Amino acid sequence: MEDDLRQMIGRVQRGTLSRRGFVRRMAALGVTAPMATQLLAITGAAPAAAQSVPAYRPTRRGGGGPLKILYWQASTLLNPHFGSGTTNQDASRVFYEPLAGWAPDGTLHPILAAEVPSIENRGLAEDGRSVTWKLKRGVKWHDGQDFSADDVVFNWEYAKSPAVAAVTSGSYRDVNVVKVDDYTVRVEFAQPTPFWADAFVAAVGGIIPKHLFKDFAGSNARDAPTNLRPVGTSAYKFVSFAPGDNLRAEANPNYHVPNRPFFDTLEIKGGGDAVSAARAVMQTGDYDYAWNMQVEDEILKRLEAAGRGRVNIVEGGSIEFVQLNATDPHTEVDGERSSIRTQHPAFRDPAVRQAMALLIDRNALEQFIYGRGGPATANFLNNPPRFRSENMRWEFSIQKANEALDAAGWVRGRDGIRAKDGVRLKFVYQTSVNAPRQRTQAIYKQAAQRAGIELELKSVTASVFFSSDVANPDTYTKFYADVQMYTTTMPQADPERFMNQYVSWEISSKANNWQGRNIVRWRSEEYDRIFRESQSELDPVKRAALFIRMNDMVVGSNHIIPLVRRPTVSASLNSLRPVLSAWDSTLWLLSDWWRET
Amino acid sequence: MTQYLLRRLMIAIPSLLGISVILFTVLALAPGDPFEELATNPAIPPDVRANLRASLGMDDPVHERYFHWLFAMLRGEWGFSFVSRIPVDQLILQRLPTTIAVIGSSQILALCIALPVGVFAATRPYSVFDQVANTLAFIGFSLPTFFTGLLMILLFSITLDWLPFVYRTNLDATGWRWWWEQFRQSIMPIMVLGLFQGAAWTRYVRSAVLDVIRLDHVTTARAKGLPERRITIRHVVRNAMIPVVTLVALQMPAVFGGAIVTEQIFRVPGIGSLLISAILANDTPVIMAVTFVISCLVIFFNLVADILYGWLDPRISYR
Repeated sequence: MEDDLRQMIGRVQRGTLSRRGFVRRMAALGVTAPMATQLLAITGAAPAAAQSVPAYRPTRRGGGGPLKILYWQASTLLNPHFGSGTTNQDASRVFYEPLAGWAPDGTLHPILAAEVPSIENRGLAEDGRSVTWKLKRGVKWHDGQDFSADDVVFNWEYAKSPAVAAVTSGSYRDVNVVKVDDYTVRVEFAQPTPFWADAFVAAVGGIIPKHLFKDFAGSNARDAPTNLRPVGTSAYKFVSFAPGDNLRAEANPNYHVPNRPFFDTLEIKGGGDAVSAARAVMQTGDYDYAWNMQVEDEILKRLEAAGRGRVNIVEGGSIEFVQLNATDPHTEVDGERSSIRTQHPAFRDPAVRQAMALLIDRNALEQFIYGRGGPATANFLNNPPRFRSENMRWEFSIQKANEALDAAGWVRGRDGIRAKDGVRLKFVYQTSVNAPRQRTQAIYKQAAQRAGIELELKSVTASVFFSSDVANPDTYTKFYADVQMYTTTMPQADPERFMNQYVSWEISSKANNWQGRNIVRWRSEEYDRIFRESQSELDPVKRAALFIRMNDMVVGSNHIIPLVRRPTVSASLNSLRPVLSAWDSTLWLLSDWWRET
Repeated sequence: MTQYLLRRLMIAIPSLLGISVILFTVLALAPGDPFEELATNPAIPPDVRANLRASLGMDDPVHERYFHWLFAMLRGEWGFSFVSRIPVDQLILQRLPTTIAVIGSSQILALCIALPVGVFAATRPYSVFDQVANTLAFIGFSLPTFFTGLLMILLFSITLDWLPFVYRTNLDATGWRWWWEQFRQSIMPIMVLGLFQGAAWTRYVRSAVLDVIRLDHVTTARAKGLPERRITIRHVVRNAMIPVVTLVALQMPAVFGGAIVTEQIFRVPGIGSLLISAILANDTPVIMAVTFVISCLVIFFNLVADILYGWLDPRISYR
């Protein structure tokens, strides 16, 4: 299949096969249309950017009146290198732009860059050790100064400095940035790096002006007046900001993209709760757009029925899933439970894990709990579509679970709970306090009971469960329980930082203060090998195949049971045309928002 | 009098120190840190977060952090907010005008309802007016503000579409229009808080007046043939005010502290919403500053109430 694929992509590149023909043939091979276009895009045979962003119709700048956005969490800071939460990153993004952002389909869209680097335009080095960004010319900061390569290099120095203590430092400290000329910078990597689009890209990539921050690039970084009065390159200029309340901006008459922005003024109001935010948009129409609608789908549907606004659902990589502990949470080794030196007495039997996977009714979760905000899935890695495995299936069958357990010799005791060699199938199942999660727990418990498995439900307050408090035994990274459930997010359109959750060197343990990413503590030498291979594999098609194999391995082991995808849900007025992407900040392309009249 | 004041102020110092120690310890024992959201973000390596914690001095022992905070506070430095990296006093000052405007007006509204209604009801006990006022007062303070708030939003904003339910600090209008817009957006939070407070106070005023109205000096005044109006105002209300003054004075710190639930419902950017968002974000310097200022105000207004007693009732003296 891989060879066929390659030949066909080659024919498209040479022009002997049309793109549409390619997509049709791929469909015959069982590859979905979006995946086929993705394949073309990543191999450079299609103009990716042209299709990935919806059409922008307005033919002149301004005249759109006010744009009012509602966030139920308020932003507190306007420096992209300090913003520790989504709201702050979004608010900074109103003023600061990266070199490129992630479009909804998981491809790069150039913003301050003149073009997206590729092997064809010599932006990417063949050996994967560097990427050269050509900057857009004629871009000006809001105060009239010119934007140049010096600003880009300064951002690297600023973000990686330990004295500044930037939250983005992880993306900058391991790379080297060189100014080639006034409008070209080169990012150099120590090893061949297939995922090169991290520094200066998307949420961590907002470029701040050197001339205003250069005196605040040390431990005095927090004193910079520009932290609260940003001067960026974006479509909207700063007017006023009250931390934790509201943010106002106005159209930038000198924006570097023609006919943009559409709106004259912008207001982002923070605070309150999600339900009333949905009402303010869809029912009263006081606001144009409301962010992150963590509201029951039932309510959203009722509000939509009013006909004023609609719900936007954008697919990303977030997934709600269940972990079956690979280690024993009830035995203490060297002051640590769930130690990697132990094995889970029941889950080491594949039949028990298989039964657990058969006992969760994902259809019910989708239908009765999550609605459009949680489509059932069999994969851990779901998006972008080019990385989605077609090999996994999910099934809900209590009968099959019973058969599997019977065959493996787990016999029901007098209380109806199965046991074997003194090990009883009685598990502690923990998650955070959150209504949909408690309902999922109840559904799972009921089904498990019918297969002779008892689940003891435990719910921990979110602020404890998701904290990194080393002294607290109830954090999700400690995983002092048999089964646990939460949502893991995928911040980039590349799965490298997502699939590292199952490599052996990331195992969460006392030695690393439980900061390892592999919380389920599953180990596989083969997985480690494939992951390492993916880190140096420069061929995008081969690399995608490696990630699909990794997904199939973890899901196939049943230590990981994917439940539902969690797309981002927001509300907007029917007439508003927002450009949304789950791979980047909500306001990633605010310059292209407009209103139909 | 001066001696009395001095003594009271001296007593306030150990209580404030005690309050600050307890607050600080409780906050230090609470789980989590301001960088929780980073913990679930795979793009941020754990050591970056550890660095951030260290840069804010969050890994030092509790007592060291406490003394550091205390000495800074004594020098008048309120510290930096962990999440917005600006001085805490600036954050509080930004919120103060809205808080005082909204919460202050609601307290005035409450007084304007409670005093006349309470006094009038007490002078005619068990009349129809008294019964109706009593019933309404009971309903008023049994309904929690989050309930009446939502009810008002449903009625006035969503069904009737008369009033906005999102409070905005930057109104686009000027002049009379600005006042009108301001009135429209503040009326619901003020009503919700004012009616709730007013209902509770009405009951107090009524019972305080009832206690006084049966006393001998009132009967004497009546026997002298003084007009009823004058009896009520000069001889009854003034004496009945002593317990009411205590209540109202102790309520004053709330004007500063804001109303957490109501502010959240109407998105009023007051000190209450600052406090709750700081608590949710584990922003210790902000929580400390707000709670500490509130405790200072409680102690201060206690003193004010005690001094007001002397003015209302000359028999009380200070030694």
